[in-house]
Amino acid sequence: MLTAPKLDYALLAPILIILSTALLGVLVEAFIKQAWRAKLQLVIALGGIIIAFEQLYRVRNQTSSIAAVTSVSIDGAGIFMQGAILVFAFLGILIIADHDNFAPQASALPGSTEEATALQSGKQQTEVFPLTLFAVSGMMLFPIATDFITLFVALEVLSLPLYLMVGLSRRRRLLSQEAALKYFLLGAYSSAFFLFGAALLYGFSGNLSLNGLTDAIHGSGGNDVFLLLGIAFLSVGLLFKVGAVPFHSWTPDVYQGAPTPITGFMAAATKAAAFGATLRIFYVGLDAAQVSWKPIISVIAVITMVVGSVAAISQRDMKRTLAFSSIAHAGFILTAVVSLNKNSLSATLFYLVAYGIATIGAFGIVTLVRDSAGEVTDVNRWVGLGKKSPIVAATFSLFLLSFAGIPLTSGFVGKFSIFSAAYESGNIYLVVAGVLSSAIAVFFYLRIILMLFFADATNDSVSVVIPSLLTRISITISAVATIVLGIAPSLLFDVAQNFAYYLR
Amino acid sequence: MSILTTLQLLPLFGAIVIAAMPVGNAKLIKQIALGFSLLVTAVSIVMAFGFESSNNALQFTESRTWISAFNINYAVGIDGMALALILMTTILVPIVFLAGWNESENGRWSVKTFYILLLILETMMIGVFAATDVFLFYVIFEAMLLPVYFLIGGYGVGDRAAAAMKFLLYSLFGGLLMLAAVIGLYIISTNQGGGTFDITKLSELTIDAPTQNWLFLGFFIAFAIKAPLWPFHTWLPTAAKSATAGTSTLLLGVLDKVGTYGMIRFCMSFFPEATKTFTPAIITLAVISILYGAFLAIGQKDINSLIAFTSISHFGFITLGIFALTSQGLTGAIFYMVNHGFSTAALFLTAGWMIKRRGSTQISDFGGLQRVTPVLAWSFFLAGMSALALPGLSSFVSEFLVLIGSFAKYPVAAILGTTGIILAALYVLIAVQKSLHGETPAPSAGMVDLNLREKIAIAPVILVLVFLGFYPKPVLSTINPTTQTVMTHAGVSDPIAKVAK
Repeated sequence: MLTAPKLDYALLAPILIILSTALLGVLVEAFIKQAWRAKLQLVIALGGIIIAFEQLYRVRNQTSSIAAVTSVSIDGAGIFMQGAILVFAFLGILIIADHDNFAPQASALPGSTEEATALQSGKQQTEVFPLTLFAVSGMMLFPIATDFITLFVALEVLSLPLYLMVGLSRRRRLLSQEAALKYFLLGAYSSAFFLFGAALLYGFSGNLSLNGLTDAIHGSGGNDVFLLLGIAFLSVGLLFKVGAVPFHSWTPDVYQGAPTPITGFMAAATKAAAFGATLRIFYVGLDAAQVSWKPIISVIAVITMVVGSVAAISQRDMKRTLAFSSIAHAGFILTAVVSLNKNSLSATLFYLVAYGIATIGAFGIVTLVRDSAGEVTDVNRWVGLGKKSPIVAATFSLFLLSFAGIPLTSGFVGKFSIFSAAYESGNIYLVVAGVLSSAIAVFFYLRIILMLFFADATNDSVSVVIPSLLTRISITISAVATIVLGIAPSLLFDVAQNFAYYLR
Repeated sequence: MSILTTLQLLPLFGAIVIAAMPVGNAKLIKQIALGFSLLVTAVSIVMAFGFESSNNALQFTESRTWISAFNINYAVGIDGMALALILMTTILVPIVFLAGWNESENGRWSVKTFYILLLILETMMIGVFAATDVFLFYVIFEAMLLPVYFLIGGYGVGDRAAAAMKFLLYSLFGGLLMLAAVIGLYIISTNQGGGTFDITKLSELTIDAPTQNWLFLGFFIAFAIKAPLWPFHTWLPTAAKSATAGTSTLLLGVLDKVGTYGMIRFCMSFFPEATKTFTPAIITLAVISILYGAFLAIGQKDINSLIAFTSISHFGFITLGIFALTSQGLTGAIFYMVNHGFSTAALFLTAGWMIKRRGSTQISDFGGLQRVTPVLAWSFFLAGMSALALPGLSSFVSEFLVLIGSFAKYPVAAILGTTGIILAALYVLIAVQKSLHGETPAPSAGMVDLNLREKIAIAPVILVLVFLGFYPKPVLSTINPTTQTVMTHAGVSDPIAKVAK
């Protein structure tokens, strides 16, 4: 006889709310007439996110390891990550709402008459809202899933909508579609790795849950070929999603090809979700086997930091530069992952929020810098922007300074806390590598600021469109948060510390 | 709220007031900026009178929780050394404002931005000397680079963008090394009973020798880049060449002092053992700096580069005095820091006026200025005499103290350093001879002499140089307790003279 599993709906409510909002969005697509859709979708999406956040706030102190049998457990870090993802989704959707970035009809072939008609008729691809919310629901599930089936389901739920959304760019559609295909193929490949790893680990432990895995490692001594292979394959899948070297090669192409609002959302939220899951798997499931994975992940952290920083220097495209910078940041976060102490967990949580908010803001600004043919991402054409639009240039510089980790921005506090956690755990070489690659990274951030402010505008430089109200709100919130978290980091850091624990 | 906090907030408040004003009224903006900077000077002088120089402890202290997770506090407090440097800063800022009244007008941005940046910089310059929390110090140490970066890049001349970039990259690189060392100190303090960034508590840690050496290097390289010591100096001449006279004054006069200040405050008190280990190497670098800076200064054709290289030589003297580890050397070095601030200000400001009037930075383009513009010429002359440490001017006292202080322990270094004085006479006198005497080339003939504003600006600088040259006691007695504290802490004492019987 099969008994129905006991679910704690109050704890699962945030995800369920987001899922049902997404479904509501699908219904809107089906039944509401074209002219009303965009506004309605936006209101529904934002409303859903706010309600989900409110519900999350309500259950913030109730933690349980049995939100859904052994599949989902709600604990401090999980709640924090869910909250962060909701914030990213909120800020991201405000920018996504500017439909000028999306193809009017994604199914039309690039350059076809169908496309031209769609453009003329002023059609909008409003499916992007429910797609975003589906992705968000997967992202929220990923960091709190505690067995491999749920983890894999969450991974796919978050990835599939993203594959689609990457291909929606209004301009340079071929590049966008190429990026979508690349992302899909490589993503599917990495999912396969993840699943293969999960299967091997199941073979090792005879149990799908992370806790069962820990028990099995304790029982076996942790030197089993299935365990080691499983860890290796599982890590490949996770490292692909966080964009760590050598599994990073999709990042620049996808970041460049995707519609810029999607890039910003992805860079912030996907990274947060993937790191949320990575942290849980390594802290809860594989902690007992750390001798076997810590060295290799440390090496990957170093390579990721160095490659991300060095490769960013030679980029000429703003979005690719930011992509490599996000790779370098993945390396910084990995140094905290291998530190495996409470401080490193709270440092990672803080860092993900600080980085994510600044990323959404930075990509939000990229959407504004255009010429007559649309968005311009060639770095060299940004010269002299500080003269034409000082506020936009100054805000963008603020985000770059935060990425560079200059004091009085949130990025500095993040970097400081991550390095001190790494130092505390004895990984001093990681601190040194981190500091040196920060020094390299500073170079290209400053070079951009230099171009914005100290170079004279040329004829083919770009102009800044007047941002829509929603984009403006999103960028303003990001900028204010970046400064406030830099000056008074305790506001968030104390929260991160309170939530920095995992239930086993 | 401590008077130190008030002192820091005042310029910031001024910056906010100016930010709220319309861009158009440049004159009013300048007047308000000057007014605020004079107010800061007044407050700092009031503070100086309230300072008990006989007291060894930090004074005017204040501590508030900032980031509780890391036990980081907004903690300020000053001893004699910090007081002297803060006073130097607050006196120099209004002088820079007054002297460079028009230098903000040819910039990339508005006059308003210029004064906002300068006032923010003043807040940070006071803060960096007042901070008694290493984290707070580090934050200001790094953040103060940005206003300078924009001041050089936005208002400088020549290849200003590249100069600004070079300056910032060098400094940030040093800063990042220091960050690793700061984190290291924090973790060590965590392991020894509670993480802290408090300067006093950190100096009581017991750290094993290899760790001390590494952390010492982290701090020292950052400071050696800041105070430019050979071979970390290459950013300085480019920056000085491109920056406006006022920015150069603050950059070399105040900001670079953070480097030598940090060597005393952090390197020596946190890592006494490592200090002794590295002393011979550092003394060598200091002597190389003295001679290298002086030799290159002789060969410079550009007047700003000349001043930059003389400063490299002078920073060599300061470092020599610090690491001689004698009370005379240390007192001399601290006094030298103050004097160098004023003497560099005199040089940069007078040179700036000459350059502005003549439209050229080449020394050879000037000549016979003492006939054309006597007041300007004699001001430049006096500034030059201060740079070569003429007896009767304050820099003589400090240079003399540094040399006798270091001779007691490192005679060879002191003797080599003394040749630096001869070279100094050479580079100053050559420049003075070329620009002030001889034939006046035609374009220089029409130069006008200093106006009242410029006279008012340069007068206090010269006054300070002469006054402290004859009566250095007020400053020396203020910094003596610092010297004693540092010496005791570093566990060194003055060598006792061998008396022949």
